[in-house]
Amino acid sequence: MSPLDLLVAAPLAFMIAALLSGPWGRWWLLAAIPVMAGLTVWLLLLPEGSGHVVGGWTLPLGVQLRADGVAQLMVAATAVCAAIVGLYALHEFAPGADRSETAHGFAFWPLFYLLWGGANAGFLTTDLFNLYIALEMVSLAAVAMAAMGSLRAALRYFVIALVGSLAYLLGVALLFSNYATVDLTLLAEMARPDLATKTALAVMTAGLLIKAAVFPLHGWLPPAHAAAPAPASALLSAIVVKVGFVILLRLWFEAFPAIIAPAGLELLGWLGALAVLYGSVQAIRQDTLKALVAYSTVAQIGYLLLAFPLVATAAGTGGAWAGMTIHATAHMLAKAAMFLAAGLMLKAVNGHHLKDLHGLARAMPLTVAAFGLAAVSLMGLPPSAGFLAKFLLLEAAVEQGAVFAAAVLLVGGLLAAVYLFKPLAWAFAGSDTPVVVAKAPLRTAAPLALALLAVSLGFAGQAMVDITAGSPWAGPPATEAEDVQ
Amino acid sequence: MAIVEHLYPLTGAVLVGLGLYGFLTLRHPLRQLLAVNVVGAGIFLILGGLGRGADSTDPFPQALVITGIVVAVALTAFGAALILRVAEDERAPDGTAADDTNGNHP
Repeated sequence: MSPLDLLVAAPLAFMIAALLSGPWGRWWLLAAIPVMAGLTVWLLLLPEGSGHVVGGWTLPLGVQLRADGVAQLMVAATAVCAAIVGLYALHEFAPGADRSETAHGFAFWPLFYLLWGGANAGFLTTDLFNLYIALEMVSLAAVAMAAMGSLRAALRYFVIALVGSLAYLLGVALLFSNYATVDLTLLAEMARPDLATKTALAVMTAGLLIKAAVFPLHGWLPPAHAAAPAPASALLSAIVVKVGFVILLRLWFEAFPAIIAPAGLELLGWLGALAVLYGSVQAIRQDTLKALVAYSTVAQIGYLLLAFPLVATAAGTGGAWAGMTIHATAHMLAKAAMFLAAGLMLKAVNGHHLKDLHGLARAMPLTVAAFGLAAVSLMGLPPSAGFLAKFLLLEAAVEQGAVFAAAVLLVGGLLAAVYLFKPLAWAFAGSDTPVVVAKAPLRTAAPLALALLAVSLGFAGQAMVDITAGSPWAGPPATEAEDVQ
Repeated sequence: MAIVEHLYPLTGAVLVGLGLYGFLTLRHPLRQLLAVNVVGAGIFLILGGLGRGADSTDPFPQALVITGIVVAVALTAFGAALILRVAEDERAPDGTAADDTNGNHP
């Protein structure tokens, strides 16, 4: 047995259990959290680069799951996010009096576990076809969660995500015809810079850019993420977009670093820069809170792409690599916290607009504090994990003389401050204390815990840099992963 | 005959092209869903044709295709259900489409 396949199998087992137990399905969470926490700790304790071939089928036929630095960090962050969001959702998705509430209560929990299992599979697998399955699992859960908020936004998301998946699948087919394997570690050894490989890489990248909502393919994200119920938005923004990003990393830096043209990296860097600027400006222009937070996701995803040329130029796992992966982790925690806090605030005032938050800081100090702490990490203020990530990226950019990237990093931070101060300014405005109806006040702890984690992880910076260093493409060429069955 | 040798991938490529054209030109979501399915069929044909050897057949791409078809069927069913729900919502007599909290009407 290995924690690697259990990390995928356990959530799927909980999915079936939740599906079968109907109205009591939500209580499986209390079993899922300790199980997943144990498996995650086990994963973190595995030696670097441990692999596990599912079902004992050896490569190139088998499907390999592998615990490298990125996978460990992302799986752990996913577990933390999912556990806390799940606890928050226990109240939100309880079967209620109203018919649609009850339907949501039934539907959310199986989707929640499907999302969790799919994300873990996406982070751990090195098999491109299995990654396609993981992408589809995550997309299916994500679209269904988005449909809980707005059917139209979900339909738009569904259609565009389907095209992204098929583009990715076409690339997998091309690669298989060329190399007769779809395993990343084997592809890395055989990669040839021929037309088929480049075409495959191009269509797969396009598909993944859709999944990760990278500018200009981000159009589906703000309506879908803004309309969904708060716990669903938190999972969508924190976890779903990261799956596409991690697969992109695997392709560009693990399988085909040798044949990637600098122009391709530059292009991704530019897209990232435009995403940071466009997403931030759009976020500033929003007057509903959740749309603002959703556009902030578009902007924050931009940093991940902005880092691509920096990572490729930097030697080894130095600053840029660690900065990029830590940014992904920090964004996961901070954005989940922010959506949960936003959900609580909007529920309390029964509105959607920024002006509805008037004076809320006095009525809900802890929730507004959670929002503020998450904002600290998103803006990149010390000592948060977001600061550490942006600092590492900025250092790499300055070292490499990438003036433009450095400028975007700084301007992006300023713009983030502008759009995140807007809701905070409303919350602290006025002098009267609004009367709010807080349901299940214990839920305040969820966004607060996530936000505190996002901020305090900055102190564990060295540990995170060490974890991310355990990635096969960071150092010398990939070696055969050792089996730990 | 080069054409006969590459019959499967070529037909697959034509289907991908057709489906993509359909996806880009058709506006109704149901038609778009069908167009995407045509693209999927093309990709499966490309993949399935790969395992064909002169005397033996490689089962690996076939296994990928079967898995892919399962995924495609599940997603198509889900998409059709979603489209149906949206259509029911639009036909609702009060026309309020109560699901849209942000007033996003694309």
